[in-house]
Amino acid sequence: MGHIRVTGLGKAYKQYPTRWSRLAEWLIPFSPPRHRQHWVLQDVAFEIAPGEAVGIVGVNGAGKSTLLKMITGTTQPTCGHIQLQGKVAALLELGMGFHPDFTGRQNAVMAGQLLGLHLEEIDALMPEIERFAEIGEAIDHPVRTYSSGMQMRLAFSVATARRPDILIVDEALSVGDAYFQHKSFDRILSFRKAGTTLLIVSHDRSAIQSICDSAILLENGRMALHGKPEEVMDYYNALLAEKEGQTVRRETLAGGQVQTSSGTGEAGILSVRLLDERERSIDAAEVGQAVVLEVQVEVRQAVERLVLGFMIKDRLGQAMYGINTHRQDKALTDLQAGERVTYRFAFVMGLGKGNYSVALSLSRLDSHLDRNYEWRDYGLVFHVINNRQEDFVGSAWLDAKTSITRTTEPMVAERQP
Amino acid sequence: MLLSLYRSLRDYRGFILGSVKREFQSRYRNSLFGALWTVLNPLSMIVVYTVIFSHIMRARLPGVDDGMAYSIYLCAGLLTWGLFAEITLRSQNMFLDNANLLKKISFPRICLPMIVLLNAGINFAIIIGLFLGFLLITGRLPGPALLALIPLLALQVIFCAGLGMILGVLNVFFRDIGQFYAICLQFWFWLTPIVYPISILPEWVQRLLQLNPLTNLIGAYQNVLLYGQWPVWSSLLPTLVIGVLFCLIGLRLFRQRVGEMVDEL
Repeated sequence: MGHIRVTGLGKAYKQYPTRWSRLAEWLIPFSPPRHRQHWVLQDVAFEIAPGEAVGIVGVNGAGKSTLLKMITGTTQPTCGHIQLQGKVAALLELGMGFHPDFTGRQNAVMAGQLLGLHLEEIDALMPEIERFAEIGEAIDHPVRTYSSGMQMRLAFSVATARRPDILIVDEALSVGDAYFQHKSFDRILSFRKAGTTLLIVSHDRSAIQSICDSAILLENGRMALHGKPEEVMDYYNALLAEKEGQTVRRETLAGGQVQTSSGTGEAGILSVRLLDERERSIDAAEVGQAVVLEVQVEVRQAVERLVLGFMIKDRLGQAMYGINTHRQDKALTDLQAGERVTYRFAFVMGLGKGNYSVALSLSRLDSHLDRNYEWRDYGLVFHVINNRQEDFVGSAWLDAKTSITRTTEPMVAERQP
Repeated sequence: MLLSLYRSLRDYRGFILGSVKREFQSRYRNSLFGALWTVLNPLSMIVVYTVIFSHIMRARLPGVDDGMAYSIYLCAGLLTWGLFAEITLRSQNMFLDNANLLKKISFPRICLPMIVLLNAGINFAIIIGLFLGFLLITGRLPGPALLALIPLLALQVIFCAGLGMILGVLNVFFRDIGQFYAICLQFWFWLTPIVYPISILPEWVQRLLQLNPLTNLIGAYQNVLLYGQWPVWSSLLPTLVIGVLFCLIGLRLFRQRVGEMVDEL
């Protein structure tokens, strides 16, 4: 249960030159097709094993939603096949089909029926739906009196009332307020633990990287990449910057990670090193050690402004710390071809034990989206070890200074003057 | 094909019944008289026609010479015509009206025509029930011929469902169908002997009206309800054939175009 196999999938919309040509095509027997096929998705093939979680990323219009719609069955593919095993639940457009004049409870029943549930099943699930949605008395008020957040909560609760074998989520991770977002995310994670196959479309890097086993990148309706989430997200980020005819290069590093770099190349990164107190290059740092990140940049063509940014990411690709010289008011201006710049970022290693990588960007402004001279993921990979500090958990070293007071008097006494 | 349609209908019966119930509720949710409006609407029409045709224009039915007879004749035709018009008009818009649902949620599309049929059926049941009650009170209830209503209604539902399905699918691709059918329905109404008895027409026009598949069907209702006469079954055969043909074409269209439909909504 929960198996998804997609083979040779494609979707084309028919475009007729005039309004009459469809009629002509329908009515005149043996007439040649009079429409043009506009392909929005082509040659998509992948297989998802039961219990696996796969993220789908891509820019707007890449075909993500179309793909999900075909998998859920609302849209028919033009060619190719989709095989699904097990019960499918989709969180595509939450709250669709809610009737404003009916109460939340009645709408929940209807939404359940649309999922193919029977009345008795819905009745049995109702207490849980109410409990999870946490909208209290409002469940018996008309939906038109609901806030959009309340509608979303109810819709999410109904859609996930029963654990499906396959769960399809489209950007729905942002349901309601921060509290409910966590709650809904937890529910999705618990489904995953229980063996539900997940298919998620999201632009949220950390969401994709923290739950997905692999990711698929769609580009112009085709599968551009299918691989490890970090790798795909890096490539996707580089792709976002690739608007100005830049090239994207991918190299496999010694450690097995795939290095992605892209950019227009007016300026480039020559070397990246992590140095200890004695200016020795290291690849492992102690927690609390004073280190320097040294980056050498070569200017190949004159640029009017240059900003270097770096970001330290953990092994899941979550950002730990990132800063750039623009934000530090240290952007350089009017650089000539042939110049070399050495940047030194000195800091105390405040990270916990683990593996970290450094991504670097050279750009004109704050964001690498405007003019991206070079973007490099995995510019440096280093370890953090902990032999000096007490053994702590987590990825941030906050260096808590502890003071403890013991007293025999009851706590209440303190409040009285 | 039919089996899979049946299976989806069975699996989604909760949704179908729920939708029928909700639609019925929502229509009268914020009204004070509720279901009374279902009755008042055709009732007012009957009063208008009775007054105009029976009294002002002195229309009389051959053989029966009292004002009440014309009202019954009118009801027999008007109520059943109402069922026909409701099913076809609503079928024609069923996919367009539910565009949002169709685009976002995956469910067997065949549920939609089913909901239309059931809804129209309930409305019709209410009104025909009242009408029969009225006949009972006035002592004009026809005898055993009343049983003929069952096959007649079955025939009508086949005819309407088939035509409705064709219109519904076509209307998604060619929105002109909706406009065209509304006009078409006007002519069809007056070309069917509902308000007037067919006998007042010249012979050649009567023969021409035989081409209208509803002429004999509505006529059969009128005979049953007014005179208590059993229908001449053979005269209904063409209607049945056309009805079945509509159903086949409708189902074929539906099956061929149901996937493409979502792209056009």
